[in-house]
Amino acid sequence: MPIILDKVSHIYGQDTNMPVKALNNINLVIPDGQFIGIIGHTGSGKSTLVQHLNGLMKATSGNIYFNGEDIDDNDFDKKKLRSKVGLVFQYPEHQLFETDVFTDVCFGPKNLGLSKKEVELRAYEALKLVGLEDEYFYQSPFDLSGGQKRRAAIAGVLAMKPQVLVLDEPTAGLDPKGRDEILEQIAKLQKETGITVILVSHSMDDVARYVERIIVMNRGCVMYDDVPRAVFRHCVELERIGLAAPQVTYIMKDLQAHGYDVGDDVTTIDEAKAQIKDYFARLAAAKKGNR
Amino acid sequence: MGIIKVKDLVFEYIRRDEEGNVEGITTAVDDVSFDIKQGDFVAVLGHNGSGKSTLAKHLNAILYPTEGTVWVDGKDTQNDAYLWQIRQTAGMVFQNPDNQIIGQIVEEDVGFGPENMGVPTKEIWERVEESLKAVGMYELRHHSPNKLSGGQKQRVSIAGVIAMHPKCIILDEPTAMLDPQGRKEVIRAVRALNDVENITVILITHYMEEVIYADKVFVMDKGKITLQGTPREVFSEVERLKELRLDVPQVTLLAHELGQEGFPIPKGILTKEELREALDGCVNVLF
Repeated sequence: MPIILDKVSHIYGQDTNMPVKALNNINLVIPDGQFIGIIGHTGSGKSTLVQHLNGLMKATSGNIYFNGEDIDDNDFDKKKLRSKVGLVFQYPEHQLFETDVFTDVCFGPKNLGLSKKEVELRAYEALKLVGLEDEYFYQSPFDLSGGQKRRAAIAGVLAMKPQVLVLDEPTAGLDPKGRDEILEQIAKLQKETGITVILVSHSMDDVARYVERIIVMNRGCVMYDDVPRAVFRHCVELERIGLAAPQVTYIMKDLQAHGYDVGDDVTTIDEAKAQIKDYFARLAAAKKGNR
Repeated sequence: MGIIKVKDLVFEYIRRDEEGNVEGITTAVDDVSFDIKQGDFVAVLGHNGSGKSTLAKHLNAILYPTEGTVWVDGKDTQNDAYLWQIRQTAGMVFQNPDNQIIGQIVEEDVGFGPENMGVPTKEIWERVEESLKAVGMYELRHHSPNKLSGGQKQRVSIAGVIAMHPKCIILDEPTAMLDPQGRKEVIRAVRALNDVENITVILITHYMEEVIYADKVFVMDKGKITLQGTPREVFSEVERLKELRLDVPQVTLLAHELGQEGFPIPKGILTKEELREALDGCVNVLF
């Protein structure tokens, strides 16, 4: 179920004498099954943008279409939209509240009016999807570690069976392993179920590694919208707006500037390794040829 | 004895059920000892739940040891008479910039600390000015803090601590919620304080790139310091760090993986320049 944003703007405090334009004429098409990253400095409009996707915020002007229907139409079922577009906020573990993990995850589907059996089945599936073991199901969510809490919270959204999963900085404050585990889990989920995943992140390394498309937000506008390789080619412009390319991109640029015949549009460690090995293989071949 | 000395420190949380009966005891810090010199820059790494923050909270008497002793500038933190002196000697900056700022205007917020200490008004203003200059926020002194970016807010928080003229500043994941530019600004400000003002810095972080400037790195696991050394020594242990749920900077990882493929690259590469020089060496050796 694709989402289309057509000339969407959002102005905070429009009726006051200090209006702030948080979104400025955004046009985006989000087709089914993509893994998208949204990056931008603090205050660039990322969070405002994603809150429009499930109708939590209403556009000041412009239209948002979900599966071809305008979500601001009076007869549009917002409740259904919110079950189809799941939003995981920053620090979602602050929203855990039930006495045990399983009941907490049941809360969402229960409110959809499903049968008890269906609710429990969904909760079980969702907890499995995020990789939480059975032994934690009946523990208090507050006794879990940071990474586990976060997974339980994400499971709560997954149990709604969303077609589109939006995660606002899902790894902030987690240790590197916890960060990798959650992102691996999300990538696997995306591949297996074919849902659309939108990842808002401050980590360029993570975005480069997982997503297939990057949307760069700046001052409420979409600045770039392309594959990671193409976006990180603009590293000077990205730095100007408070972002950066992954460290490995800078490594390769530095090598290239010092006479190494390697590409500078590398965004992951594996690509960099392959390029450097390839360069040395060519050196070896040339040496053989000269002999 | 250095500015901060910790000896045989143990801290236990007692977990209780709803009726208040003891359910069990969690040892968050387990037999830790170290001695930090004035002017050192120490980074503390460790996975979530390894005891980093609990340890940090002992260094300015927010928590007290269950066993062992912590001295800040020679003063035992368990002695209540020293509490305020200790808090002034060792200031703390936390993760979330929005939880730490109380003033309506940047310079008022920075002045809050010295005002509570009873510093004369004229001197408060002098301290506010120098602190804001030290973190590069002087131009924005008349702004409202809620209009600032995350990195700017964190620098204001740091200025608020510096205005109390501490000898030591403890930062508990100060960059976790910031964008790349904000992270850079904060780390730059912290390094300047360390280099120029000779303030002792203890930095807790999950970002491995921020650690390479430190004089010394402590890696914590299960409440103990399991690995320590210079950044180069610590980051040479790529596999060990991964076991501890940690990571190394991308450049270190790339060098490590190339090393495993047979490239003669030394361990513990920390910057892109070092990697390039190592590769130059490879070219010379191989061709």
